[in-house]
Amino acid sequence: MNLLALNPMTLFSALPGNIAQGMIWGIMAIGVYMTFRLLRFSDLTVDGSFATGGAVAVMLIINGVPAPAALLVSFCTGMLAGLVTGLLHTAFGIPDILSGILSQIALYSINLRIMDGKANQAVSVDKYFLVVSLRNIPRSLIVGGCIALAVILVLYWFFGTELGSAIRSTGCNPAMSMAQGININATKVLTLALSNGLVALSGALLAQYQGFSDVNMGRGAIVIGLAAVIIGEVMGEALIGKRLNFFGRLLFVVVGGIIYYIVVGLVLWMKMPSNDLKLFTAIIVAIFLAVPYLREKSRNSYAKAAKKGAK
Amino acid sequence: MLEINNVHKTFNKGTINEKPALQGVDLHLNPGDFVTIIGGNGAGKSTLMNAVAGVWPVDEGSVVIDGENITGYPEYRRAKLLGRVFQDPMTGTAATMEIQENLALAARRGERRGLSWGISKEEKEQYHEMLKILDLGLEDRMTTKVGLLSGGQRQALTLLMASLKKPKLLLLDEHTAALDPKTAAKVLELTGNIVEENELTAMMVTHNMKDAIRMGNRLVMMHEGRIIYDVEGEEKKKLHVSDLLEKFEQASGGEFANDRMMLA
Repeated sequence: MNLLALNPMTLFSALPGNIAQGMIWGIMAIGVYMTFRLLRFSDLTVDGSFATGGAVAVMLIINGVPAPAALLVSFCTGMLAGLVTGLLHTAFGIPDILSGILSQIALYSINLRIMDGKANQAVSVDKYFLVVSLRNIPRSLIVGGCIALAVILVLYWFFGTELGSAIRSTGCNPAMSMAQGININATKVLTLALSNGLVALSGALLAQYQGFSDVNMGRGAIVIGLAAVIIGEVMGEALIGKRLNFFGRLLFVVVGGIIYYIVVGLVLWMKMPSNDLKLFTAIIVAIFLAVPYLREKSRNSYAKAAKKGAK
Repeated sequence: MLEINNVHKTFNKGTINEKPALQGVDLHLNPGDFVTIIGGNGAGKSTLMNAVAGVWPVDEGSVVIDGENITGYPEYRRAKLLGRVFQDPMTGTAATMEIQENLALAARRGERRGLSWGISKEEKEQYHEMLKILDLGLEDRMTTKVGLLSGGQRQALTLLMASLKKPKLLLLDEHTAALDPKTAAKVLELTGNIVEENELTAMMVTHNMKDAIRMGNRLVMMHEGRIIYDVEGEEKKKLHVSDLLEKFEQASGGEFANDRMMLA
């Protein structure tokens, strides 16, 4: 690889597009943050519900529904997907990861049905009004940023309310929550529904941005979401430290998504094979997830104890 | 206030591990009663607590609190009537949430949780005053995450939370067993004060016979899923540990000498 042969200008010119895409994925990552961090539920539904959001939005738009209304319907459809996962887990006692996988696999068929049996459906920005598009990146940045900010503000408020506090305590300590009269099954289902609603909203935005929906567009979404959550956390804690409040945490999740896509842009610019992208992502997420555990272990290791004890 | 009528519970029914944990327990508490429950390992003390708290449904019998038959209520629905403190100090509080947030959660026990703000300004002032009474310095750390507190501090906070919204019945399940003796004594003293000031009806499971005699106005001894001894008032005050040991020996046919109660 000859780095000198690369043109910095192309990297620079790709930057706004990467940021817009990262913002859209950041909204998805906020959904992942809600389940993974607040509820402590590893929800794999998102790979399916992300594509559902895209499929619903595109099909509605090409059938004449205004794009903003299509976004709203996508959100609601995503909530439905989360509701199913939640019920599989709470009403039928299926473990969390498996409930998500079942929904995800079911959604694959459902998404194909939504898209009239086709693996992808195009929606041209020339023919329809779309809220975001890679053909109009400045507007995409503004609209994407506004939607992300609105989501953060609403969630910041919501998780400060009585109901939101009940969700946080459910994730932290289910036994205590029940003793305080919280119906933890209800809070879990609600969180999963809201989370997948956001994921589908993000999918609906991405489909418009790229000009098509694809049945595979959600594949690996959970990993990208986790990457954004973790990158955001590490950055937020490094930059702001102990003063990082809940608003900051949500904001940094979106920042994490943006950084992820800037890195992706960089990797593509360096002409690395884009097929390896998911491998890189998985490795990065695995490393970041392992770091806190390994750090704790190195503080408390048998090998260290043996060394000290041998003296 | 509390009526436990002929409650039965068997775990792992029909398997080789079948364990009849409660075999027809009857217990009636009057308002203001503070009953201590003792018994050997596996006697059914904690099981009785869990039957009242609704951790699982009972096989037979009924639980009635203040005239309300709660036998069919799931755990979270009974919570409106009950304050609970657990053996493990980690169980009673949410570690990643602030002290004041934990209190605010407890203040809404049994109420509909809507979209109004999770904690009000007046509440914060009120909690500040309440925490002062604990005398642990927590009033100046109200935004501290509970996970940073010690076991004793967390247990004291749980006690405060359990009594914040006056419960019909306070359930204390060996709540000092996991604490060091000094902290245990402090939490126990606090328990006595809170029960007295709020005129609560309370049940306390304990392994410590001295505590069982000293605390409350009534004492119940369990053995093999039944209540074998029930004493109150003056008679209870006159009890000695040796009396209780004798009772245990009678009930268990001498095996009791090996029980860890001896150490208490």
